[in-house]
Amino acid sequence: MKELTRRTVLAGTAGLLAAPAIGAGKYSPGASDTEIRIGQTMPYSGNASAYGVNGRAHAAYFRMVNEQGGINGRKITLVSLDDAYSPPKTVELARQLVERDQVLFLFAPLGTQCNTAIHKYMNQKKVPQLFVATGASKWGDPEHFPWTMGWQPDYRTEGVIYAKHIKQTVKNPKIAILRQNDDMGNDYVGGFKEQIAAFKGALPEASIVADATYEGTDPTVDSQILQLKNSGANVFFNVTTPKFAAQAIKKAAEIGWRPVHYLVNVAASVGAVIRPAGFENAQGIITAQYIKDITDPAWEGYPDFQAWKAWMDKYNSAASPMESATATGYAAAFTVVQVLKQCGDDLTRENVMRQAANLRNLEVPMLLPGIRINTSPTDFYPIKSVRLAHIEGEHWTIFGDMISRDDA
Amino acid sequence: MGAIFFWIGMALLPLIGFASDSTSFDYYMFMGQSMLIYAIAVLGLNLLIGFNGQISLGHSAFFALGAYTTAILMGFAGVPYWATIPVAAAVCFMAGLLFGFPALKLEGHYLALATFTLAIAMPQLLKYKAIAGWTGGVGGLLLDKPDPPAWTGLSPDQFLYYLCLGIAALLFWLVRNLLRGRSGLALMAVRDHAMAASTMGIDLAGTKTIAFGISAGITGVAGALSAITVAYVAPDSFTLQLSISFLVGLVVGGIASLPGCLVGGAFIVLVQNSAQSISDWMKDTFALRYDVPAWAIYGVLLLALMYVLPAGIAGGAARLRLFVSTRIWGASK
Repeated sequence: MKELTRRTVLAGTAGLLAAPAIGAGKYSPGASDTEIRIGQTMPYSGNASAYGVNGRAHAAYFRMVNEQGGINGRKITLVSLDDAYSPPKTVELARQLVERDQVLFLFAPLGTQCNTAIHKYMNQKKVPQLFVATGASKWGDPEHFPWTMGWQPDYRTEGVIYAKHIKQTVKNPKIAILRQNDDMGNDYVGGFKEQIAAFKGALPEASIVADATYEGTDPTVDSQILQLKNSGANVFFNVTTPKFAAQAIKKAAEIGWRPVHYLVNVAASVGAVIRPAGFENAQGIITAQYIKDITDPAWEGYPDFQAWKAWMDKYNSAASPMESATATGYAAAFTVVQVLKQCGDDLTRENVMRQAANLRNLEVPMLLPGIRINTSPTDFYPIKSVRLAHIEGEHWTIFGDMISRDDA
Repeated sequence: MGAIFFWIGMALLPLIGFASDSTSFDYYMFMGQSMLIYAIAVLGLNLLIGFNGQISLGHSAFFALGAYTTAILMGFAGVPYWATIPVAAAVCFMAGLLFGFPALKLEGHYLALATFTLAIAMPQLLKYKAIAGWTGGVGGLLLDKPDPPAWTGLSPDQFLYYLCLGIAALLFWLVRNLLRGRSGLALMAVRDHAMAASTMGIDLAGTKTIAFGISAGITGVAGALSAITVAYVAPDSFTLQLSISFLVGLVVGGIASLPGCLVGGAFIVLVQNSAQSISDWMKDTFALRYDVPAWAIYGVLLLALMYVLPAGIAGGAARLRLFVSTRIWGASK
C-alpha cells in the first residue's frame, strides 16, 4: 500500500461523505467507490518462475491505468501472490484472497494444474476466476463452471490446426511428438491425434511414429531427441515449455535432424527460446500465433505497438524487452480493464461475469491484426483465432490466413 | 497438565467464529487446519529422527501415499471421509515397514540418501500411465469437501478444524504414551547407543522397522487429512520440497520435543507466508525496483533462528524457563 498522504485522506473522507448522497454503485466485496481490488496467483518462484513476467506486466498495466485516473474514478489494486506453481499453495492463496483479502475476483491466475485445484472452489464461492493464464480447453465450460473463463486460444484447437497443416503441406509425413507429461501436453496431443483420427485414413494414424514424454523437472530432453530422430520421422511436433523447447531445437540441429518442425505457442518466445537455441538452428520452425512478435521490427509502425513500447519504458522497465509475456500480460490486462469499464457502477461479481461474457468484436492491443475478442453467455473462449508463422531470420513471420476455433 | 490446557484452548478457538462476523474467519480456520496437519506430519518425522535417530528425507512420499489413499477411496469407492483415515494410516504403516526392512542395512547419511530417492520418485510414480486411471495422472483428483453433520451447527471449516484437532490430540497422546513406556525407552536406547541397546536385549532390527512403520503411518494420517481439507491431490504437491518443509519444521520446533512438533507445524505455514509479505513490504517501503525473492528472506529467517535458538523453539523455551527459574526466582529466594 502507498503511504497515506493528506490528499488521499481528504479524498477518502470526501468519498465517505459523498457516498450516501450518490448511492449509485452496486458492490460485491472488493469493490467500492474508490477501489477495485482483484487477486491473482502467480509463480514468482519455483520451476515455472519465468512465467512471473505476466504478473509483473499486469501490475505495471494497472499502475498506468491508475495514474490515468483509474476506471470510472476507481483505482485498481492487484494483490498478486506467489504460489510457486504448486497446486495446494494455490488453494491456500485463493482462499486467502477470497476470504481474507476480500477481492472482487481472481484475474489470470497462472498454470493449468493450479487453476484446476481451485476450479470447484471458485465456482462454489461464486467468485469469478477470470481470464485464467492457461490454454487448457476445459476453461470454456459455462454450463458447468459459469464463474471460470479462459483467455488465450485453447491448446486442443491449436493441436488440430497443426494436424491440418501437416496434412495439407507434407507428403508422406512421419510424425514424432515430444510432449511435457502434464495436462498441457496431453491437451495439445489429444487435439492433434483426434484430428488425425478424423481424417479417416487420409492421414493414417500410423504416421505418428514416435511419441516421447519428459517431466517438467527433468534436466534435459537430449535422449528423447535422439530417440525421435532414430524413429525416422520427417515431422516434429514439439510440445514443450520454453526451457525444453530451446534444448530440443538446439539438440536436433546438433545431431543433424532437420524435420518440418512445429513448435507450440506456449514456447514460441523469441527471447526465451529461439535466441538461446540459436537463430541458425531455428529457421523455418512453424507456430501458431495470436500476439504480435515484439522482436519483429515490422510491427513498429503500428500504434498499439508504439503504445506498448512507451508503457514498457515508463512502467515495466525492469522486464526484458525480448520477453513476449510482457505483450501477453499487457493484452490480458487491457481485456480485464475493458470488462471493468463495461461494468460501470455495477461492480458485483455477477455483473463482472456478465460483462466478461459480453465482449463484442473487441480489438485488443498487441493481438495480431484481424484477431478480435468475442464472448457470449455460451462462448467462454475469448481468443479463438490464430495465424501460422515461421521463423525467418530473427523473428516470426506470419504466413497463411487466420484460422479460427470454429473452422478448425 | 499444561498440555491439557493447550488442547482445550485450541478447541475453544473456533468458537470465536460465532462471536465475530468477520468473513475471513473461515480462512483462519483453514490455516489452523494446515498447521495441525503439518504438526502431525512433523510428529511422525520426529518419532523417527528425534527419538529413534533414523534420518528420513522421504516423508513427503508417505504423506502422498496417505493423501492418495484417502482421495481414491473417497473418489472412486465412495467411502466416507472419516473411514479413509485409518485405512491411510494402515497403508502407510505397511509401506513404512516394507521400506524399513531394506533400509536397515543403511545408517545415518546413507539412509537419508535412500529415503531421498523415495521423495524424488514419488511424484513421477503418481503420474505413471498404468495407474493414471486411479490417480488422475498429472491432473490429480478433485474431491468433495465433507459437509459437517447438521446438528453441530458448524461451518465446514470449523468442522474440519475440529476433525484435525481431534486426530492431532489423539496422535500426540498416543505418541506420548508410547514414549513413556518400555517401547519408547527402547526407541531412545537404539538412538543413543545401538550396541548397548542390543546388549540389553533390544531387538535392533525390529525396533527400527516398527519405528519406521509408525512414523510413516502418522505422516500418512497427515496426508489423508490434507486431502480432505484441501479437497485436491496432485503429484506435484508432494515433491522433495515438502519433505524439506517437514524437516525444517522439525528442526525449528525442536528435535525430540512433542510441543516442538506443534511449533514446527505452525512455523511451516506462517513463515512461508510471511516471507512473501516481508518481500512485498521491503519492495514498497524501500521503493525497490526489483522484487526481493521471498525464498531468500525465508532462508535468512531460518539462519537467524538457528543461530539464536540452536535447539529449536521448544529447546529455546526450555532454556528460557530454566534461566528464569534459576536466575530470577532463584535470586529472589
